[in-house]
Formats: sequence, C-alpha cells, structure tokens
Amino acid sequence: MSFLHRTQNWSAPAIAGLLIAGVWEAALRITNPDFFILPAPSAIVASFFATFADVWEATRNTGYIVISGLIAGVIFGVIAALLVTRFRAANDTITPLAAAINAIPIIALAPIFNAWYGITSARSNQAVVMVLVFFPIFVNTARGLTEVESDQIELMRSYAASEWTITKEVRIPNALPFFFTALKLVSSVAVIAAIVAEYFGGRVDALGPLIIQNASSTRFDDAWAAVVAGSMLGLSLFGLASALEYLAMPWQRDLRGDS
Amino acid sequence: MSSRVEVAGVSKLFNAGRPNEVQALSHITLAIEANEFVSLIGPSGCGKSTLLRCIAALTDATEGSITVAGKSAEQARVDQDYGMAFQKAGLFDWRTVAKNIELPLELMGWKKADRARRATEMLRLVQLDEFGDHRPAELSGGMQQRVAIARALSFEPSLLLMDEPFGALDEMTREHMQAELLRIWRSTDTTVVFVTHSIPEAVFLSTRVIVMSPRPGRIATEIRVDLGDRDDDTRQDPAFFKLVTEVREALRSVEDSAG
Repeated sequence: MSFLHRTQNWSAPAIAGLLIAGVWEAALRITNPDFFILPAPSAIVASFFATFADVWEATRNTGYIVISGLIAGVIFGVIAALLVTRFRAANDTITPLAAAINAIPIIALAPIFNAWYGITSARSNQAVVMVLVFFPIFVNTARGLTEVESDQIELMRSYAASEWTITKEVRIPNALPFFFTALKLVSSVAVIAAIVAEYFGGRVDALGPLIIQNASSTRFDDAWAAVVAGSMLGLSLFGLASALEYLAMPWQRDLRGDS
Repeated sequence: MSSRVEVAGVSKLFNAGRPNEVQALSHITLAIEANEFVSLIGPSGCGKSTLLRCIAALTDATEGSITVAGKSAEQARVDQDYGMAFQKAGLFDWRTVAKNIELPLELMGWKKADRARRATEMLRLVQLDEFGDHRPAELSGGMQQRVAIARALSFEPSLLLMDEPFGALDEMTREHMQAELLRIWRSTDTTVVFVTHSIPEAVFLSTRVIVMSPRPGRIATEIRVDLGDRDDDTRQDPAFFKLVTEVREALRSVEDSAG
C-alpha cells in the first residue's frame, strides 16, 4: 500500500467539507442578509486570490516561525527524552521541570518574550512555538523509549549489549510510533501557537497581524482568506509529518500492506 | 568431563533488608553436564525463572556461586556462552525474520555475508526457509517462537536457556515445537536448561526433571528420565505415563508441604 493510497480515506471528509461550504454559500445567497460578518466561501476564495501576494508573504513569514520553532522544540524534546531514559539524575531533574513548564499557559508568555526580544522580533514567537512543541514530543518519545518489553531488554543483555546498543537497536525503533504521534499532533498546534503569538507582537507581515488588521477594518473576507492560509499551512505540516512517519517505519507499512 | 553449569549454594533475596523482603531461592546446588536436557518445574513462586536468570547472569545471586562453561556466570554472559529464549518470542518488528536471527551475530561483529549464510542455515534448521524476508508480525505464534530459537542458536552457544518458551502456544503447536526442539537439540551439541509449568512437557523433553518447591525456592527432588530417543509415540508409552505420574506426585507433595 503506498502513501498516496492512504489518502483515499481523505475523500469522505473532503466531500463533507465541500458540502458544508455549498450549504453555507447557498444559505447566504438565498437569505441574502445585509450584514457581511460571515462572508460566502466564494468571497473568501476570491479574496484569497485577489490578495494572494500579501497572504503568501504572511504565510511564508508565519511558516518560518512555525517550522523553526517546531524543529527546535522537536530537537530539544528528543534530546531530553534520550537523557531522561538514559540517566536517572536527568530524569529526576528534567521530568518535573518539564511538567512545570507545561503547566504554564505558554501563550501567556508571548508578551513577556516580546519584552525580552523586542516587539518586532521573530524570536519571541519562535520561542512560544518551541516551548509548546517541546512537551508533547518529550513525553511521548520518553514513553516510547521506556515502554519496551522487558524480555527484549533481557535478551539484549544476554548478548552483553551496551546501553547505547540497546538504545539504538531496541529503544529508538520502539519509540518511533510514539514520536510520530506527537509530531503529527504538534504540527497543527505549532501553527495555532504561532498565529496567537503573532497577535501580541513579532513581524507585522505575518498571518496573525493580517487577520487582526483585516478583521478590525471589517474586511472579513480578507481575514478569512488568511485563516484559510493558516489551515493550509497546518495541513501541509501534518501531511509532511505523516509522510516522514511512513518513510521512517517501513515495517508498519509492510504490515498494513499484507493484512 | 566438567559440568556445563555448576550452581553451588545459591540463594537469592529480593528487597533484602526491607519489610517486603522475599527469599526467592534458598541454597540451590545443581550440576548440569554437557548435552543434558534439564527441566526446572514447580508451582508459581518456586523461583525456577529466577534460577534461570541467575545462571544467565541477568540477575545476581545474593549468596553462592554459579559457574558456566568453567567461568563465572557474568563472564559467560559477556562471552556469550549461552543463548536465551523467553515465553514471548521477543522478535523485533523493525527487523525482518532473517535480520532478527542475525542480530546476535551483528553484535558479535560477524561479516555481512557470514551472517546471511548462517541465517539461511538456521531458517532451514527450524524449517522456515521461505520466511527470511517476512516481518515477525506476519508469522504465527509457533513460527515466531521457532525464529526465537533459531536466533538463540545462531551463534552456536553450547548452552541454551529457555524460560517457558512454549507457554503461550496452543496444545497442538506446543507438541510440534517440543518435537522440533528435541530434533534441534539432538542435531546440535547443546545443553538445555528449560523452565516449564507443564509436567508432560518436562518429561517428554528432558533427560532430568528438577522439581522445585516454593517459599523459599528449593530443589525438592530430581527425577531422571530414561526414555531414550523420543517421538510422538513416546507420548502413549506406559513408561512416559509412569514418569508423568512420578513428577505429578512430587509436585503434589511439594504443594502440600508448602500449604
């Protein structure tokens, strides 16, 4: 079964989405209300292409925040997970600390980060994304590294395998499904985090400011066009994470193919 | 000829010195000669698996000494003088069947071509010639267990330690696997220590059955099994039944005295 083959089961939600858009469009055309708070899908699509240059620029800038924050959060999360499973002292230090960090409403840090890095700097928004991404990656990867069958560890010890060999041969492959579950989760969360963080500061030519500016000047179709761009960014990252998952675990692919 | 395995006055305490201290083994002394097939049988909690793990140096004896192939158990583990198989086959999903068998060889630094040749030989030995490129999850439980045995024997250890390897299999598969194991044992130069719950299994396979009693784990009695070469007819042999009864009675008296 190929990766594209799996997208087959996307057809039902896609049709459902188009149906909803159709009903939405039809309802607005039939009732023809005076207000324009909720623009028709056709108006949003039209605006999307009319303002494409701006939307594209904003998406690229937000995308940069999202991807760089995501990569940093993933790297730190994985390193922390490897440390806590390898060293008890690291576990005693990092795990409570990570839980404490996770308990902070991270979005609430955005104004504080802005004060640190300067209101128009991208750094603070990257930091928000990174911190938000870190925890799910850390927790899930650490679980995957630890939740190994005890027989498999004893077997490796019977081969006089070193801790590192056990990590490489058993723990890391075992952790991959856990890691990718977390990666798919954070790939969309990261977009939300970046856009909300952008409401507080950072570059002005990004999706967050674009939505605020358009909404406050009642250009709702333009605001929605930016929201659509944000969704597409999230979906692309989710798709990318799924593709990586597919490539990284050929054994799961084989099983799906034969069962 | 010196013994393959020599257990001298071995005791094992779990949680020593704490309120939940458990004496798993008490003064076990046991000598196993080369080419013997010895079964350890006894009720749950009699320490038979613990004894096997002590021989494998996967856990330390609190008291006493264990010699394997003329050296300390720990040294024998480091030198990979034994192969091990557990109740769960413990195959790695991310490796093909052949690569699972090659794993211990890889860790020992064998060349790729030699590994592949040996994997092919081992697959033939366990009659799974066609399945080298399959994923473990595609195989039935009995086939997976055969792969685990092939893996344990791949580097030709002189000692095979087995912890209820057929415990999770259905009765028919189990009898088939027992015959298979005997065939392999006869065609290789291997000493086997075999932990089991099943009386007929112990009698059918072994040259000697060690009956253990619980709390603390001790050797209650040992029964020599002189059935010669066995096949499926052996299971109907009056001599077989007589030995099964003998082991059963030994186990009963053990459980009665343990109360």
